[in-house]
Amino acid sequence: MTCLPEITPGAKKLGLVIDLDTCVGCQGCATSCKEWNASGHSAPLPDYKPYSAGAEGVWFNRVHSYEAGEGADGRTVHFPRSCLHCETPACVTVCPTGASYKRGEDGIVLVDHDICIGCGLCAWACPYGAREMDEDQGVMKKCTLCVDRIYNETIPEAQRQPACVLACPTKARHFGDLGDPESKVSRLVAERGGQPLMPELGYGPVNSYLPPRRRADTQPVEDAPTPMDIKNPVLRWMDRVLSR
Amino acid sequence: MPEAPTPTRLQPPADSRVEYSVPVGDTMKTTTCYMCACRCGIRVHLKDGRIRYIEGNPDHPVNKGVICGKGSAGIMTQYAPARLSSPLLRVGERGSGEFKEISWPEAMEIATGWLRNIRETDPRKLAFFTGRDQSQSLTGFWAAQFGTPNFAAHGGFCSVNMAAGGLYSIGGSFWEFGEPDWDRARYVLMFGVAEDHDSNPIKLGVSRIKERGAKFVSVNPVRTGYSAVADEWVGIRPGTDGLFALALAHELLRTDKIDLEFLGRYTNAAWLVVRNPGGADDGLFARDENGAPLAWDRMRGATDAKSAGLSPVMVGDYTLPDGRQARPVFHLLAERYLAPEYAPDAVAERCGIPAATIRRIAAEIAEVAFGQPLVLDQPWTDVWGNRHAQTIGRPVAFHAMRGISAHSNGFHSCRALHLLQMLLGAVDTPGSWRYKSPFPRPIPPGPPPAGKGAKPNTPLVGNLLSFPQGPDDLLVDDAGNPLRIDKAFSWEAPMALHGMMHTVIGNAGAGDPYPIDTLFMFMANMAWNSAMNPGEVIRILTEKRPDGEHVIPHVIYSDAYYSETVPYADLILPDTTYLERWDCISVLDRPIGSAHGAGDSIRQPVIAPDRDVRPFQEVLIELGARLGLPAFVREDGSPKFKDYPDYIVNHQRAPGVGPLAGFRGTDGSKKGVGEPNPDQLQRYIDNGCFWRDHLPPEQHWYKHANQAYLDNSKAMGFIPKAEQIVMQIWSEPLQKFRLAAEGHGERQPPDRLRERIRTYCDPLPIWYPALEQQGADLARFDLSAVTQRPMAMYHAWGSMNAWLRQIHGSNKLYMARSRAEALGLVHDDWIWVESRSGRLKCQLAVMEGVNADTVWTWNAIGKRGGAWGLTEDSPEMLRGFLLNHVISEWLPAQEGFRSANADPVTGQAAWYDLRVRVTKADSPGVTEPHYAPLHERPNQPKRVDILRYSTKSEA
Amino acid sequence: MNPAPSIVFFTTASGAGYGLLFWLGLLRPVGLVPQVPAFALLCLALALLLITAGLASSLLHLGNPQRAWRAFSQWRSSWLSREGVAAVATYIPALLFGTALLTGRPGLATIAGLVAALGAVVTVWCTGMIYASLKPIPQWHHPLVAPGYLLLAAYTGMALLAAVSAIGGVVAGPASFIVTLGLAGLVLKIAYWRLVDGGMGRSSAESATSLGFIGRVRPLDPPHTETNYLLREMGFRIARKHAAKLRNLTLLLGFGGPVLLALLATQLGFGGLLLPLAALLALGGMLLERWLMFAEARHTVTLYYRGT
Repeated sequence: MTCLPEITPGAKKLGLVIDLDTCVGCQGCATSCKEWNASGHSAPLPDYKPYSAGAEGVWFNRVHSYEAGEGADGRTVHFPRSCLHCETPACVTVCPTGASYKRGEDGIVLVDHDICIGCGLCAWACPYGAREMDEDQGVMKKCTLCVDRIYNETIPEAQRQPACVLACPTKARHFGDLGDPESKVSRLVAERGGQPLMPELGYGPVNSYLPPRRRADTQPVEDAPTPMDIKNPVLRWMDRVLSR
Repeated sequence: MPEAPTPTRLQPPADSRVEYSVPVGDTMKTTTCYMCACRCGIRVHLKDGRIRYIEGNPDHPVNKGVICGKGSAGIMTQYAPARLSSPLLRVGERGSGEFKEISWPEAMEIATGWLRNIRETDPRKLAFFTGRDQSQSLTGFWAAQFGTPNFAAHGGFCSVNMAAGGLYSIGGSFWEFGEPDWDRARYVLMFGVAEDHDSNPIKLGVSRIKERGAKFVSVNPVRTGYSAVADEWVGIRPGTDGLFALALAHELLRTDKIDLEFLGRYTNAAWLVVRNPGGADDGLFARDENGAPLAWDRMRGATDAKSAGLSPVMVGDYTLPDGRQARPVFHLLAERYLAPEYAPDAVAERCGIPAATIRRIAAEIAEVAFGQPLVLDQPWTDVWGNRHAQTIGRPVAFHAMRGISAHSNGFHSCRALHLLQMLLGAVDTPGSWRYKSPFPRPIPPGPPPAGKGAKPNTPLVGNLLSFPQGPDDLLVDDAGNPLRIDKAFSWEAPMALHGMMHTVIGNAGAGDPYPIDTLFMFMANMAWNSAMNPGEVIRILTEKRPDGEHVIPHVIYSDAYYSETVPYADLILPDTTYLERWDCISVLDRPIGSAHGAGDSIRQPVIAPDRDVRPFQEVLIELGARLGLPAFVREDGSPKFKDYPDYIVNHQRAPGVGPLAGFRGTDGSKKGVGEPNPDQLQRYIDNGCFWRDHLPPEQHWYKHANQAYLDNSKAMGFIPKAEQIVMQIWSEPLQKFRLAAEGHGERQPPDRLRERIRTYCDPLPIWYPALEQQGADLARFDLSAVTQRPMAMYHAWGSMNAWLRQIHGSNKLYMARSRAEALGLVHDDWIWVESRSGRLKCQLAVMEGVNADTVWTWNAIGKRGGAWGLTEDSPEMLRGFLLNHVISEWLPAQEGFRSANADPVTGQAAWYDLRVRVTKADSPGVTEPHYAPLHERPNQPKRVDILRYSTKSEA
Repeated sequence: MNPAPSIVFFTTASGAGYGLLFWLGLLRPVGLVPQVPAFALLCLALALLLITAGLASSLLHLGNPQRAWRAFSQWRSSWLSREGVAAVATYIPALLFGTALLTGRPGLATIAGLVAALGAVVTVWCTGMIYASLKPIPQWHHPLVAPGYLLLAAYTGMALLAAVSAIGGVVAGPASFIVTLGLAGLVLKIAYWRLVDGGMGRSSAESATSLGFIGRVRPLDPPHTETNYLLREMGFRIARKHAAKLRNLTLLLGFGGPVLLALLATQLGFGGLLLPLAALLALGGMLLERWLMFAEARHTVTLYYRGT
């Protein structure tokens, strides 16, 4: 059903918090995502012309890099982009078949590949580019928040997290319940001023991006006085008594 | 221990469309990744014999569960169609790529024939170079057993400046032999670290310092990767880091922000240096009759510098009991670095860093080191028997890598960084850079290199890649000519600890110092991105003598993939992938220990090869047996080891010391030294394929002077004596080379190299412009050009990997926006990049975060048509390019003599000294030079149009 | 946005078909078109042919056309589903209309025709709303888009009706409609273009990345060096100059030409020749208009790749 579920206050909103201050753009999240999902809920994730010109494929997570600002205040920012599991996702409501759905209980946005007709309208409706068409099977695919990991009873509890979060070598990705203001991820967002993307469009993205920290002001130092004017500055250590 | 991911206890909503608890696979095996040099622990999940998922091993000390972009893409490396599938024998012209498939017995027969002939006549005619080898303790040993001095891996063109600079200064080094104290450092400085060694530990470390709010400064011409997340990016000009470091030293000395106590106790700053200009002993340490270096004690005068209770003077001139004049090292260093030439104002322009910034960073470092010392309530006992109730730390930590290393002044730049660490007292203290056990080791750590007196059918005794102490240890003949084909350990590169793989083919082609018969290589793409000048390598490999024989008559190559180098070999011994093999990451070789204890690990096969391939190490052991190398056969001549695992477990380098240090002894209870344990590999497997020692806390710090640590290290067989390892600010081995250049001693450099040795073998760190740039027209070539590996393709070639090549399928040359505007260039313009040795065509990208006098690109993205299982129209061939094509492996010719474009001390390849100019190309097109595509090999597997890899469905 | 031929053809053809159905159903009862059943049958057949061809073409756009029937299920939230339901539902009165004409039941024909006309309006409105509801595409998420679909469907439908009428000898009435609708369409398109020529609305690379607080945001490296589905689908770019030319051509061919021909037909005669020509021009112009509608529309996802 592509009408949005009734969200009761306090319901879970599972999502990711991505720390742009720490992401070094290593692509670990992107390939671990590809790897997990290639044989996961949305399997397969095809690659077209994998060994020739025009190689491209289905990836749920893509890492961009940007430069923001100029000169000494400028920054290079690595920017992983995937489904934000919006609170009011138009990709769901535009779906004519009910293949695209948002789950009231945990907020995950999923696609039922068995009924998707591959019209592509959800990709048009998503401002963030989170939808990935499997042009081989003719169905839309997307980040599942590793729904087949996070509840998977065959995986040790500590590893029941999205593959991208476990892989991230700089720990720039955090998974949790953003509907619970006391959760670790919610506190991170509150403390670090986590930002939604394109809030002006009103989709209510659940994933949040922690901004690069402002740099500490770099104050020039006072030129410390030096005994350089004495004849031989080396000799000032003459009388220093050392012991062992 | 890292913080465990917080488990989110979740109840799955009812959703019939989702299967929540599908088992990951049917089997899980641990092993060690080999997609770069990190050697992370991985867990490989298999389903129906195919790889389902590769994840970081949460228990592994190197990566603690994380995994990088490459490691996660291992599936596609495993199943790449570029994998070689059978031994190949060349049938067409060399370079044509025309091969026929042969059987292993045939291949082994051919290789044995060629090699036996060399060994029986002149073993030096085998040049055995092993690229990105992680089994050098075996391959080097094999070469010595064979009797050739001509062995090395890729360190000479990667990071030998870091290894040599560190091992001759502090008895450890950045990366493999040391690491920043990520958990405690309050100020972290990275120099020249792009995506670099070691990948995941640095990333984990960055997350730790970010979490704690420590200041992180990255000194790098390019603001990507780690520099992007640094609190401060210092966009230095390439090759001037050493000068910047010495200016920081100047500032610390000028403001007296140095740890004189530390210098006096733990370094040779107090040691007396003989002052006798022109004399044979000038610049050597004053020593007593037992050879012990002397310091000047305030009460006792000249005294054994290592003695307890010493109260040394640090400056002044002193008359030794024998009447000679001497001065403490500290005096010499202070005098040098306080000179105005090292003042921030004097270096600012050259480094491209404002003087005020240099002063500020020096002040910030000093404030953290001395204003915020870390005091741990951790008692320890020093080598003089003093019990320290607390451990004092200077929480300033450094890391440096290839941006320092890959310059011809890199050795001294690296030494300059270690000098800074010593001035700050920031070596192996809480919050500073720390040794990774089994380091520190004595300075230098071992015996001189073996390689003299090669003769037929005779092993060379000792390590081929080892540590010269002075001219007598060089591998040169009586006339001063190199004994090694790469000229390592000769006057051209006296401290070439890792050999000089980048000169081998050029030297062999010129028969200089002598021709060779067989070039035997493993995992080194020398006909493409591993060569400083691929075109020249290709020319030499195909060059023939007048008699029709190739200049290099035989080339044997082992690799797992169809690289650009394969077609230039005569015999191909196809290797397995990293997931199909046994291996050991040995403490004898390049260890994976940490500050908290030594460690090593193994690889185990997680899947069986589906091709007619064999692990290279196993092939090498069999070749050893076929050739009758003494260590590889029993007395009756039969093979001593049945396979590589047998070797790993049962080979003993010294009694009780083998490739693996863990689970030794018949019951597996011993570590370091102990009898071989037949169950050793199983014990490793049971432990996640690694072993890690855990030092008690009192041994965690000041390891160089921590008696308990040194005793333990000796017991483990890591160091010969449990003595203090005194850090060497003044390097006597360097001074010995310099004295030889000045005409002292029996072994002296040839005249053409005298000045070079005298200049560059300075016992204190110096800075000089890159050799290639000295005397060059820098106005004509107005830009420095450097490369870095992208994180997703770091340290090995990934273009055969269907996923990674989507991320990096082509590359552009990045230039500062201001510079591009000045040149009238815009993003995506096609440009010519010209250097003194050639030109290439590529596309431009503009960016903000790059030093305005520097251009850069991603390395090793450009590929040659036909290689790596890719079609000729792939973007790697049409829009990718190698900067290598405008690099020269030789310095500009000087009076007919060609020197390697390398560090004059260590022979490290000077990749990053390149200067270029950029002009707009008339027309777009494809990148140039564009080499003719390589022939496909026999039975090249069909390329699929759509790859639907999944273990969820049938294959 | 990528101007996929199947979609460009679909919206143009079915729009014209529904427009024709609308005018037929509406104007026949009031006697403004020839009353012979043959005329109505011919128009109806033409309308249904265009509608069906359009719908068939839209199926080509689907990854799994055999599942297209599932698209009727989500009419409560999805304009695409509503369009599908409305389109199929409209067949019922339209076919009834035809049956009534064939079997000579004028009362039923009138009622069925009117209901079919209503169905046509609803269907075209749904089509317009599919585009107008997409916030990531500022050029589509605009109050003039859905009315524009209605107006242009009415215009092309009228052009077709006029062409068929003219063949039957009735010229003046339909021609004046063409003039009115054509001029209205012209005004609407010019107004629309003026209003949407403002870039990406409120979104920018800065808001897309949340990095605007640092300064201007420029892409450095894309995630992958080759293209991908989203870029092929949404990254279509047309040069400003080229677009301006095509806009003028659209106005000239699609509106100016037919209006002029309609005026000529009323003044000079030759309606049987000029009005079919006007219809062809109008349809051709609409193909161009629809092509531009896609080609000039920019999706916010391109902010991530190009920064603008």
